[in-house]
Amino acid sequence: MKKLAVYLKPYGKECVLGPLFKLLEALFELLVPLVIAQLVDAAIPSGRQDQILRTGGLLALLALVGLAASVTAQYFAARAAIGFSTSLRHAVFAHVQTLSWTDLDRLGSATLVTRLTGDINQVQTGVNLGLRLLLRSPFVVFGAMIMAFTIDARMSLIFAGVIAALFVIVFGLILGTMPMQTGVRGDMDAVTAVTRENLAGVRVIRAFRREGSESGRFDRLNEALTRSQLRVGRFTAALNPLTWITLNLAVILLLRAGGVRVQAGDLTQGQVIALYNYLSQILVELVKLANLIVTLTKSGACAKRVSGVLALTPTQTDGTKEISAEDLRSLTFRGVGIRYHASGDPALEEISFTALPGQTVGVIGGTGSGKSTLVQLIPRFYDHTRGEILFGDTPIGDLTLASLRRRVGYVPQRATLFAGTIRSNLLWGNPEATEEDLWDALRTAQADEIVKKLPEGLDAPVQQGGRNYSGGQRQRLTIARALVRKPAILILDDSASALDYATDAALRRALRQMPDPPMTFIVSQRTSSVRFADRILVLEDGLCVGQGTHEELLESCPVYREIHMASAGKEAERNG
Amino acid sequence: MAKRQLKAAKAEKAAKAAKTLPKETLRRVVAYLRPQGGWILLSLALSLGFVALSLYLPILVGRAVDCVAGPGQVDFEALGRVLGTIGLCIGLSAACQWLTGMLNNRVACQTVRNMRHDAFLHLHRLPLKYLDGHAAGDILSRMITDVDTFSDGLLMGFTQLFTGVMTILGTLIFMLRLSPLITLVVVVLTPISLFAARFIANRIYDMFTLQTRTRGEQTAVINEAAGDLKLIQAFSHEAASVAQFDEINERLRDCSLKATFYSSLVNPVTRFVNSLVYAAVALFGGLTVMGGGLTVGALTSFLSYANQYTKPFNEISSVLTELQNALACAGRVFEMMDEPPMTPDPEQPEKLEEVRGAFALEDVCFSYDPRRPLIERLSLRAEPGQRVAIVGPTGCGKTTLINLLMRFYDVDAGAITLDGTETRRLTRADLRAQIGMVLQDTWLPAGTIREIISFSRPEATEEEIVAAARAAHAHSFIRRLPEGYDTRIGEAGGSLSQGQQQLLCIARVMLALPPVLILDEATSSIDIMTEQRIQKAFDAMMKGRTSFVVAHRLSTIQGADLILVMNAGRVVEQGTHAELLAKGGAYSKLYQAQFET
Repeated sequence: MKKLAVYLKPYGKECVLGPLFKLLEALFELLVPLVIAQLVDAAIPSGRQDQILRTGGLLALLALVGLAASVTAQYFAARAAIGFSTSLRHAVFAHVQTLSWTDLDRLGSATLVTRLTGDINQVQTGVNLGLRLLLRSPFVVFGAMIMAFTIDARMSLIFAGVIAALFVIVFGLILGTMPMQTGVRGDMDAVTAVTRENLAGVRVIRAFRREGSESGRFDRLNEALTRSQLRVGRFTAALNPLTWITLNLAVILLLRAGGVRVQAGDLTQGQVIALYNYLSQILVELVKLANLIVTLTKSGACAKRVSGVLALTPTQTDGTKEISAEDLRSLTFRGVGIRYHASGDPALEEISFTALPGQTVGVIGGTGSGKSTLVQLIPRFYDHTRGEILFGDTPIGDLTLASLRRRVGYVPQRATLFAGTIRSNLLWGNPEATEEDLWDALRTAQADEIVKKLPEGLDAPVQQGGRNYSGGQRQRLTIARALVRKPAILILDDSASALDYATDAALRRALRQMPDPPMTFIVSQRTSSVRFADRILVLEDGLCVGQGTHEELLESCPVYREIHMASAGKEAERNG
Repeated sequence: MAKRQLKAAKAEKAAKAAKTLPKETLRRVVAYLRPQGGWILLSLALSLGFVALSLYLPILVGRAVDCVAGPGQVDFEALGRVLGTIGLCIGLSAACQWLTGMLNNRVACQTVRNMRHDAFLHLHRLPLKYLDGHAAGDILSRMITDVDTFSDGLLMGFTQLFTGVMTILGTLIFMLRLSPLITLVVVVLTPISLFAARFIANRIYDMFTLQTRTRGEQTAVINEAAGDLKLIQAFSHEAASVAQFDEINERLRDCSLKATFYSSLVNPVTRFVNSLVYAAVALFGGLTVMGGGLTVGALTSFLSYANQYTKPFNEISSVLTELQNALACAGRVFEMMDEPPMTPDPEQPEKLEEVRGAFALEDVCFSYDPRRPLIERLSLRAEPGQRVAIVGPTGCGKTTLINLLMRFYDVDAGAITLDGTETRRLTRADLRAQIGMVLQDTWLPAGTIREIISFSRPEATEEEIVAAARAAHAHSFIRRLPEGYDTRIGEAGGSLSQGQQQLLCIARVMLALPPVLILDEATSSIDIMTEQRIQKAFDAMMKGRTSFVVAHRLSTIQGADLILVMNAGRVVEQGTHAELLAKGGAYSKLYQAQFET
């Protein structure tokens, strides 16, 4: 939580001035009962109209000054809270970008979105209300008590008693029912979940004629929700009557004791009225305070989650050497292994090979065999935990991440584009690329026809994720995006699966004919995509069970043979 | 306060969106409340009692104050009597208030429960046409959030409105009896706070809209970035991405500051107006007391009333918005519940016995949208035990065919028959009991593996479940799960891989093993080994059953008895593998393509 205070620091002035003006406002409010007492005790008995006029004027003035103070306070509080959340949001967003893929896998994207939106907004509300009310409410409560004390020390005992009693009731009920409220939310989530499930699985549910039993399940959960709502309701319904009784019992005590004191001449009538007025102020503020504490508890939980994200230190350390042409003359894996979790099984073990510029390396294997992991080690998306990866003679860890990744064109399995235009997406590959570069890349990626057909050409809009293009179109555009940077190493991470056979073949031909053909890694589940590779790595359960050309592997590697036989039939589907 | 303004804006939008007339909505709401009618009336009576008693209290306090006029002038006997009455008043009013709260809570909870129950029942009566055509999130928010807002807003809002109006009227009466002149002052001044609040609310409406829009824009960027952070890093695009974020973030700062600040003005301003009313009462009251028209105690009562009178005014404006919002939400719920249900099952359905599995389509026409005809005059026959394979590009009508066979949708013209009986003459339940379905979209309910498999036959024994899992080649991976068949799987398949989910779907059908099967083959995201396992399971299942297979691989359908090549809702070719190859049409082109390099 302390971590977040840093972002409030620039607003130190606001954080002091906001509550300060709020206190001023409260102070003016506390003066009102005194003015009324003076009206009753002095002005009215004096019989002078100007005195009463002056009292009325004074009350109006107090109201005006109070308004000015409160508006100022609201402004400072809003400024501090908004400024704080703006910097915090920036900080979290920027911090997240520095995390390694391992960290991101652990965090998950849904979490990130909630932290950056709902959680930070809740923290902002907490700061805003906290600055406004956290000091004000206790100040009014104890201020009223002190005022009562200055009027009559003995009567203030009643105040102490009523404050204590109200405190117990209000906080006991509001904070005491919080766990129950959580229970209600849990029941509510269950009802939501079963409804969502029924919507998502409506076909299957109807196919298996389970509508009746699903309705029964819904009714049971609905009933449980109703029960827990009723239970909370029983407690919350007691809040108002209890405070009402307590407060008015205090009024009876006050009037009774007041009568005795007035009779003795220790207290005036006006002062009794003032004490009565102070009593009513206390209750209002205590309820506000309790609600504030509920809000702050929620904000606190959100703040903890947000600072949890900020506390993640990137697990990767950057290298210091810029990659050079010398480093790119070869890529060597020597006994490389990786374990994602210290306790888990290794995802890859003992991988060794060397690749040269212009060569094509195929990586093949079933789901979970470690294909993607292998190629993702090359741009250092993940750090290997055993063996060596060398660019030329330089260990991968010595290279700066930025310079290394600039030389790698990576095409992910899931083809996503970003909201913008085709041009803006292609420029991701290289912001300085010329029009000519873009078209070259599109041609190689077999995507020029797609763009030519669009009325706006390169400036055709792209919706979030690239939804407005088909899977195959998206795939070719993401390949073009990677080619725009003229990479020294191109990685197709199982990314040709959405392409039909002919396009796949044309793509491979175009890659070979590039003026400076990159070192290309093709990850695939089917042999047809890798059969022309200079070298094929066959993976099974993280181990390399075969290495060689298509023909060699058909001879020597039973796993490869099996995959080849199995995938032969799959080709037709891609042409469908 | 800010939240309320936003709610008001939303309510307005929702009210416009809901086409149901408010009057009609109101009638429906009343129908829902009727069973609770007695309780509601009792609650209203009790809250009336509370209002009357609580308004009487300031008068009593005023009288008590008059009893303590000064040294030597305290009338202890009268004071004691007044205090006694106050005590009684407090006790009674607190009891009224407590009971009202309990009753309202009860009424609200029960009404909402009934409404949700009805909505859910209706959900399963709705045709798939409606469910497919509406975002699940929208239906969900109608059934959950809207029903909730309705109960909070309408029932709480209604009682608040009732007590508020009663308080205002009561206060007016009490004040008029004390002093008509001062009452006039209060009545004239109070509406100013309403106008002030309304004035501010109108001003900030635009600011809130802007804030909501900017937030939405930022959320879109966050979604995109969070989902594809890895890609951003792969392209070293971090700086640009942060810059894009910051640009929106700064705009959000500006409009948030304005929206937050201006909306936080409503409270101080209304409080200010109230304080002015208070000052005016003190001024005029003081003058009247001096003229002998009022006692000091009565002035005290008046000052309390001045506070009490203005409060419901401030509340009422927000309560009205809430009520409006609640009605709009109720309207949205009723809108869904008014959607016509699917055509009912025939009153005297035919019964199928000993189903052989002869499925036939005769001149079937169907379209989702009448302007865009999809399936036109489609006829085909599947003899008992035959395997029918359907091939064709995405959108060619394969899924539609499944929809029609299962009667998820009804044909527009023509007929579908099973063993010669038109399927519309059967109950849907009877028809569906004859068909086992495995879709590409593997939906599994949340629950244990055992529950997931026995979804098709809840009464199945342990042995049957294991046997079905074995037959579906799912037993080996289930055994390796932490708790075997008792392992709990979360919503939407949880941690299982796509292939494992598909195997469970197959096991589920294996357990019931009806005479007709509809199978959609695995997607390309499943690895080859698992795929072969699924294929074997499919083959075992299809033995001796009429089956419709949506095929993605030509290799697996060569043995089919009938191959339908579909395109744009039409069957462009049908026949066996050999016949179609000989024909040299679309199928043979498709088939040849796989051997080209």
